[in-house]
Amino acid sequence: MTTATDLLPAARGGTGTRTGGRRFGAFRLFGGQSSGGESAAKRVQFASPFLPYLFLAPQLAIIFIFFYWPSVQAIQSSFYLEDPFGFGSTFVGMTNYTDVLKSGEYLGIARFTAVFTALVTFFALSIGLLLAVKADGVIRGNAAYKTLLIWVYAIAPPVAGLIGMMFFDQHIGPIVELARWFGWDIKVGLNYFDTAFSMVVVSVWKQIPYNFIFFLSGLQGIPVSVREAAAIDCSSGFRRFWTVILPLLAPTAFFLLIINVTYALFDTFGAIDVMVKDKAANNPITLVYKVYMDGFRGNDLGGSSAQSVILMLIVFVLTIFQFRFIERRVHYN
Amino acid sequence: MAAITIAEVSKIYHGNVEAVKSVSIDIEDGEFIVLVGPSGCGKSTLLRMVAGLETISKGTVTIGSRVINDVDPAERDIAMVFQNYALYPHMTVYDNLAYGLKNRKTPKAEIDARVAEAARMLEIEPYLSRKPRALSGGQRQRVAMGRAIVRKPAAFLFDEPLSNLDAKLRVSMRGEIKRLQKRLGTTSLYVTHDQLEAMTLADRLVVLNGGRIEQIGRPLDVYHRPASTFVASFIGSPAMNLVKGQIEGGNLQIGLYRIELGGRAPVEGPVTVGLRAEDLKLAGVGEDAMLFQVDYVEELGAQRLVHGSIDGQALTIALSPETPLSGDLAVTIAVDRLHFFSPETGKRLERGTSFAGDAPVETHRLETAS
Repeated sequence: MTTATDLLPAARGGTGTRTGGRRFGAFRLFGGQSSGGESAAKRVQFASPFLPYLFLAPQLAIIFIFFYWPSVQAIQSSFYLEDPFGFGSTFVGMTNYTDVLKSGEYLGIARFTAVFTALVTFFALSIGLLLAVKADGVIRGNAAYKTLLIWVYAIAPPVAGLIGMMFFDQHIGPIVELARWFGWDIKVGLNYFDTAFSMVVVSVWKQIPYNFIFFLSGLQGIPVSVREAAAIDCSSGFRRFWTVILPLLAPTAFFLLIINVTYALFDTFGAIDVMVKDKAANNPITLVYKVYMDGFRGNDLGGSSAQSVILMLIVFVLTIFQFRFIERRVHYN
Repeated sequence: MAAITIAEVSKIYHGNVEAVKSVSIDIEDGEFIVLVGPSGCGKSTLLRMVAGLETISKGTVTIGSRVINDVDPAERDIAMVFQNYALYPHMTVYDNLAYGLKNRKTPKAEIDARVAEAARMLEIEPYLSRKPRALSGGQRQRVAMGRAIVRKPAAFLFDEPLSNLDAKLRVSMRGEIKRLQKRLGTTSLYVTHDQLEAMTLADRLVVLNGGRIEQIGRPLDVYHRPASTFVASFIGSPAMNLVKGQIEGGNLQIGLYRIELGGRAPVEGPVTVGLRAEDLKLAGVGEDAMLFQVDYVEELGAQRLVHGSIDGQALTIALSPETPLSGDLAVTIAVDRLHFFSPETGKRLERGTSFAGDAPVETHRLETAS
């Protein structure tokens, strides 16, 4: 009885009218128990058994060439010691991995990456949500308000990164100026904490518009009458937000959580590069940047490959964890 | 439970659009009031002002002894049933019912008891652990009703709660709402555009048009004595026939035909004459009759609606299906069932009042007749 009623909504998950529900329907395929009902309900019969594979071929080719092939190569070269000048390579087994995992420097960078990812994800999500909630409440002049919040996302990422950097410029940066008022002399690229701080700020700043757009569309997908029913049932706006609005926003939030973690781990590369390139050593960097440094600056392709395999495993485990334990609490309409 | 007083309430939107124009209604404790009117007449806006979902531009709304103009919706002691149910999709049926009580710090045991009672009353006990999406439209509607009932509010507000249901379910839910309201005795304000729903549910109905009240009264009073041509054409199905006429020397002239009113003409000069479809009868042999040219016939089973015209003016007649139809008909009018309206204002003209001599007696007789 219960399984039948559990399956019914799952089968309808993909056809929800809310933009959120539909968009994230794809993610559900990972979520063990629900995928069966969905695919069975929508099964299409083809005349030839090869036809569906033919349709899939272009997509598969792209995934294979740009994802699986490099991944296999990375795994392969992580077991070799590459000659820096390209004169052959030697099989060294797990040495690259043990070297990396025993290195105190690497573990320090891993620790910083964890803190950095947590901070960027948390602040980018919460500020994006806060702005979306506030923008959703604005009735007059909301178009101008939304445009102001979204424009950062509309400009090219390197330009945005550059603008973000200028906030922390030693000579003209307004944030440096502001901090000086409070007696804080920000020195990006020289002071470990100052660099970390500005890296987090710029990374968060760049990601807020993205989160804002999704949260806003998620909020606007919540039926007005449900909000009104809640207004009659609960006098505290704060409590209403936690018990009605946020749970209905959960599919959006879950999607953004995954996107933001990935962003903080990988896509912040540009911002980090701009900040620490050509600067003195001992600056905070993330694992991705370390892969780049060792591989392309240090010419240690084997060690670098081992690191990227480790990173791949971390992301893999993290994603499994998110779908297993967090998605379970998400209500798809 | 409480009386509700709506006193000279207006709603003015941006750009000076007046959606509700100085409406006053006194609702007694336990009364079932239905606001009815075409779309855009301001009925929902009025209800939402009572609920606190719209601000009140002018006037006051009192629930019990409290003016609630500036009171938060959750503090007004009202419960609302929405057209699209507005259930919380992420909560089970039980949590949907309990949510309002939990927020009011009701003890757990009492929440359980009240939810169980409401679920029993509405026969939704088997679904308490389900989410709304696993329910049918009718079941969702019951849950929405249950959410209102458990709170034991001073008043129920219904915003077209049945319009999303199919015709059959609508009729049965209509009966259930009526029964439930009588049993609980909770003051209710119900909005609908369906005149049949309004007629069957209301203790008193309020007909709204263009933000103004056209008429307030018991359903049968409104049916038998519509205050204006608007009410006459809105309440009742088929709509009341409205034809142009002329009163000359105490007699009514419709086209070629002259009808003697027996000294009970309201005014002299042009009038709009209202005729219910069932008040037109086939003429017996030798009776003075009017020629009714049949246009087309609608068979309703218990009734047969014959559409046609008398001297070029369109009319509908309700006839028994047993009556044989053969070409055009000879019909007569029940003279004491005629309604007169001013052709300029559309307001009802009381028969006899303009003839000072026999006014009181005639008016009285008319009232008892209806």
